Amino acid sequence: MTESRASRIALGTWSALVVAFLWIPLVLIALYAFNASNVQSWPIASFSTRWFHAAWTEEVRASLWLSVRVGLIATGIALVLGSAAAFGVARFRFFGREAISFLLVLPIALPGIVTGIALNSAFVTGNVELSQWTIVVGHATFCVVIVYNNVLARLRRSSPSLLEASQDLGADGWQTFRFVVWPVLSTALVAGGLLAFALSFDEVIVTTFTAGAQNTLPLLILGYIRLGQQLPVVNVIAFAMIVLTVVPVLLAQRLMRDTGVLRRGAANVPGV
Amino acid sequence: MAASLDAAQGLSRRPPGRPTRAARLRLSGLFWRHPWAKALLLLAPPLLAFLLVYVASLAALFVSSFWTIDPFTSELRHVWNLDNYRTLWEAGAYHSVALRTIGIAAAVTLADAALAFPLGYFMARVAGRRSRAFVFVAVLLPLWSSYLVRVYIWRLILADDGVLNWTLRKVGLPAAHIGYSNWAVWLIFTYVWLPFMILPVYGALERIPESFLEASRDLGAGAWTTFRRVVLPLALPGVVAGSIFTFSLTLGDYVTPLLAGGASSQFIGNVVYDNITTQQTPFAAAFATVPLAVMGVYLLLARRLGAFEAL
Repeated sequence: MTESRASRIALGTWSALVVAFLWIPLVLIALYAFNASNVQSWPIASFSTRWFHAAWTEEVRASLWLSVRVGLIATGIALVLGSAAAFGVARFRFFGREAISFLLVLPIALPGIVTGIALNSAFVTGNVELSQWTIVVGHATFCVVIVYNNVLARLRRSSPSLLEASQDLGADGWQTFRFVVWPVLSTALVAGGLLAFALSFDEVIVTTFTAGAQNTLPLLILGYIRLGQQLPVVNVIAFAMIVLTVVPVLLAQRLMRDTGVLRRGAANVPGV
Repeated sequence: MAASLDAAQGLSRRPPGRPTRAARLRLSGLFWRHPWAKALLLLAPPLLAFLLVYVASLAALFVSSFWTIDPFTSELRHVWNLDNYRTLWEAGAYHSVALRTIGIAAAVTLADAALAFPLGYFMARVAGRRSRAFVFVAVLLPLWSSYLVRVYIWRLILADDGVLNWTLRKVGLPAAHIGYSNWAVWLIFTYVWLPFMILPVYGALERIPESFLEASRDLGAGAWTTFRRVVLPLALPGVVAGSIFTFSLTLGDYVTPLLAGGASSQFIGNVVYDNITTQQTPFAAAFATVPLAVMGVYLLLARRLGAFEAL
């Protein structure tokens, strides 16, 4: 500790203010969800849970179900492709290995709107009708890198000599995978899957260009906000979305503690 | 060979000698002798999917920026020309959109760096273990929570009858009318991307060995000199790494200016979006190359400053 007492107090105060800056809006959305009025002014005059019931409409249910479906399928694809790529990159040395990391990271490194319009014009040119599956393709492109980075980080921390030992003891490829690789890998896959789902569930920009007339939950509330309609319902959904993302992230954090993969920025960069 | 097979029985759930087991061993042996086959099997599906879907779309988009839309039939005309880029170059309106986008992205980056640096320093060097873990999760959760929700709540806060003006009135200050303006866009971007800056800055500060600071003190440097000549240069790559995200994410966004901006808050993303909805894909593609080029230059600079090691 080289810092003087005064500078430590100043740093602590500043940090408390920044954390408050990050959290006050999230607390406010929780309060607004219970706002009895349909006018969104402050202070909130009276509280009620009536909008929770009102938010459960056919339209909301349909878009929630679409978001869940797309998230699950995109996560599934990302788990298969992302872990296959991670295994290939972790286990083999070959020319162009760095380029693979770079390629997989592109959908997140490039501005989202570029990915969105590129896929959109490809679908339009190829006469592919926009459907649930086009959204899945869009989401899978950026979910793959999340799984890839989680799995790669875990593989780099596990010793390759374990595999050799398993083979020396006569295990075949499947047995080595089942009894040696899988126990090390499973939590990384679960964490990567949870984060990929969280990312897909929340995505707006790429989705706008691949959804056509369909509404995922974020697109539905984006539409409500733009038109200034149904704002009490938006408050409730916003609150629910915050609560719903907290759960997978806290879970993933427990599973991947200390590996740093949850540092979303760092997790998206090649060669980490 | 027989001995090692027997040894493996403990691992196998099936009785030995079954054809599946023999086949699996043959396959394992094949992969062992030809590691390339395995690498190909693992890498081909993800790479083919990426090349065929994603990279091909990107390439097609770039190519289409050199084509035009026939104004009468709205059909894409495959005639090579630079008209879209000429329009971009010559129309002043697009210059101001591009400059606004880049300027606000830079302002967001500076604000985030200023907010994040002391917090990162506190986490890395002042806080105890428990408060560090608490702050870490407190930064992590907003990072992963819904982007759209976080933009929306600021609309409510900044509205004329929102929390901000209520608070200002309580402390006796005049009301601020910054909802639906470039100020609102700047503030909201600063808010939503702040965690992307905090984490790499914290990471860089955490990696500075205590002994460096002790050495600096032993050599007679005061607190300020140590900070300026030891801490700051070592932490800079972390700041630059964070700035890649704050800058790039602001540059490619269109939702925040759409929801929280005013009449003159259009970003490159908004113009691109509008052109896509009116089927002017070639022009949209041409304008989308601007943030791509800016990011390309930025990444080259960042690499020279050592940001990639700090990520």
